Amino acid sequence: MLEIKDLHANINGKEILKGLSLTVRPGEIHAIMGPNGAGKSTLASVLSGNQAFEVTHGSVSFYGKDLLELSPEDRSREGIFLSFQYPIEIPGVSMVNFMRTAVNEHRKYKNLEPLSATDFLRIMRQKKELVEMDNKLANRSVNEGFSGGEKKRNEIFQMAMLDPRLSILDETDSGLDIDALRIVANGVNKLKTSENASIVITHYQRLLDYIVPDFVHVLYDGRIVKTGGKELALELEDKGYDWIKKEVEEAI
Amino acid sequence: MAEDLLHEVTQADYKYGFTTDIETDIIPIGLSEEVVRLISFKKNEPEWMLDYRLKAYRHWLTMKMPEWAQLKIPEIDYQSISYYAAPRTNGPKSLDEVDPELLKTFNKLGIPLEEQMALSGIAVDAVMDSVSVKTTFKESLAEKGIIFCSFSEAVEHHPDLIKKYMASVVPITDNFYAALNSAVFSDGSFVYIPKGVRCPMELSTYFRINAMNTGQFERTLIVADEDSYVSYLEGCTAPMRDENQLHAAIVEIIVHKNAEVKYSTVQNWYPGDKDGKGGIYNFVTKRGICKGENSKLSWTQVETGSAVTWKYPSCILQGDNSSAEFYSVAVTNHHQQADTGTKMIHIGKNTSSHILSKGISAGVSQNSYRGLVRVGANAENARNFSQCDSLLLGDKCGAHTFPYMEVNNETAIIEHEATTSKINEDQIFYCNQRGISTEDAVGLIVNGYAKEVLNKLPMEFAVEAQKLLQITLEGSVG
Ligand SMILES: Nc1ncnc2c1ncn2[C@@H]1O[C@H](COP(=O)(O)OP(=O)(O)OP(=O)(O)O)[C@@H](O)[C@H]1O
Ligand SMILES: [Mg+2]
Repeated sequence: MLEIKDLHANINGKEILKGLSLTVRPGEIHAIMGPNGAGKSTLASVLSGNQAFEVTHGSVSFYGKDLLELSPEDRSREGIFLSFQYPIEIPGVSMVNFMRTAVNEHRKYKNLEPLSATDFLRIMRQKKELVEMDNKLANRSVNEGFSGGEKKRNEIFQMAMLDPRLSILDETDSGLDIDALRIVANGVNKLKTSENASIVITHYQRLLDYIVPDFVHVLYDGRIVKTGGKELALELEDKGYDWIKKEVEEAI
Repeated sequence: MAEDLLHEVTQADYKYGFTTDIETDIIPIGLSEEVVRLISFKKNEPEWMLDYRLKAYRHWLTMKMPEWAQLKIPEIDYQSISYYAAPRTNGPKSLDEVDPELLKTFNKLGIPLEEQMALSGIAVDAVMDSVSVKTTFKESLAEKGIIFCSFSEAVEHHPDLIKKYMASVVPITDNFYAALNSAVFSDGSFVYIPKGVRCPMELSTYFRINAMNTGQFERTLIVADEDSYVSYLEGCTAPMRDENQLHAAIVEIIVHKNAEVKYSTVQNWYPGDKDGKGGIYNFVTKRGICKGENSKLSWTQVETGSAVTWKYPSCILQGDNSSAEFYSVAVTNHHQQADTGTKMIHIGKNTSSHILSKGISAGVSQNSYRGLVRVGANAENARNFSQCDSLLLGDKCGAHTFPYMEVNNETAIIEHEATTSKINEDQIFYCNQRGISTEDAVGLIVNGYAKEVLNKLPMEFAVEAQKLLQITLEGSVG
């Protein structure tokens, strides 16, 4: 579904992604690990169309479409969902209103009628249960005053509402307590089908006990420098990144 | 990038830019005692009305345009304006007699007159240019003793009420524009709610500037007698124009003992194009007095239009235990300038006032809140709470807050809060990532921000106002 080839991207003239390639097929879960500042969030931003980043080289196709040509909202409507590492607060805009607008925009893109208020609220109730989200949160403004963990849970709730084909979870586990981690991971697993795929960015093997990846990639200095199965995550947890950095440097 | 974003959303053109082709009766441009007499003559006014106009005109000659506002206004040549325009026909008696062109115009605006009347039970006193074209539901109101008619009719049929109340809140000497209006006002609305009567429907008036080069000078007078209640809506939108058009209205409201008046406005005069060409100059004097004990006045305004807005709906809290509210959303985009706010003058004991102002600026516009809270020496236990928020879209626009306080009684409790926030790219991107376009995102955020004020509007207006906010800011974030 997703084919990234030799992707280079800059921010403020500084190159962050330096030739990244990755292929994701339906039904797969890819974990991306790597040291701070390696470019993991940058990859997520570029895939979702954040215009702060400039793609200088390479290509990304999503179900045959040139993803880089699409506006951020169309990428979303095509089924790309980003669970933000740092979800944004939007004061004054209620979660209900926000989600209803989003869901109906997705429907419009598919030439479907907007959901009635009743249908929408029913679906919203179901999806809230999936991540055991407090009713009170859904009645508040988008992320406003949410705790770190509540924000993350809210991201997965939105993912459940929008039912994406490809979800990118950027450190969704950070800031979650142990119970919340299990709930959120269960939520993600329940949303999993053979038709959709996930890219899970994380620093901790712990999450991968719950969300079991098909592939683990190490992103270092703007490139994927190592790929393995889920056992690679255990190895990284054990040994850190130094040995990989060394491998990379030796290769040069 | 922020700028590109902002640049795009602010590029939408005025959606209501069209003019209707209705024959109008215009008098030559220029202002003189002759012209004032001619206006009065054309309107068949009694002597006392002419005297009032002349007095105002002579006083106006001694006055200067106020310059204290945070506004850059090009010099206005008052001799190049025509001060009177009236549709040629006499007032129609039913909808069939209304010019189909006018009806079409209302339809384009999404204000179908028929529907308004049939569905919402609103009596529409539609002012086309200067003369009232149509007054409806008058009879059902008349049963309750409510008077709702054009100002001219009131001068003719209710001279005692007009003489008693006109200029009792806004004297002709009040300010430059008030004096001008008093001299040349064309028409407007008059409302009288008798003692103990609760007006059963929202009263509304749609104004529209239509004739080329014609200043529009309405005058509204609302009197709520003891124990009465009325909610009054005023909304307007004007056709696309190249020339600047002058608009100087007066609204006076008198609220007697235990009575309550709610006055709501959605103002959408032509704001000029995106380069700042054209647009309405809107210099309005709106003031009410809470005359009796326990009286209550509330102003709600959504200001999105006009090139220049100079407007301070105010309240004199004279009666003991009286209260007043001012809820405002003022949006400026492109080159628009707004200097708006309120004055709360506490005179009676235990009076309270509440000010909630939400400014939204985009483009290269300037948006100022200017508010005065004055507590007189005898106003024991006066209370005021003011909240003035500014929301910026982009970094080329300006938001300013000028709160003034004059407190002459130490039992007063006056609180003021102000915030400034910015719609940032991260918020927009977050919405985009969920499939919401930038324009819709701005609409969501802006309507969320203005919610508290919009909620104060009557239902049918709230929806219109929400759309208006989004339309006004289209293109300002991209
Ligand atoms: N707006 C920006 N301006 C300048 N540099 C930036 C900007 N945003 C990101 N960077 C830089 O890009 C590099 C990659 O950042 P990125 O957020 O992608 O890292 P990451 O792999 O997600 O790290 P972490 O594990 O800490 O989340 C970092 O060096 C970061 O400082
Ligand atoms: Mg990151």
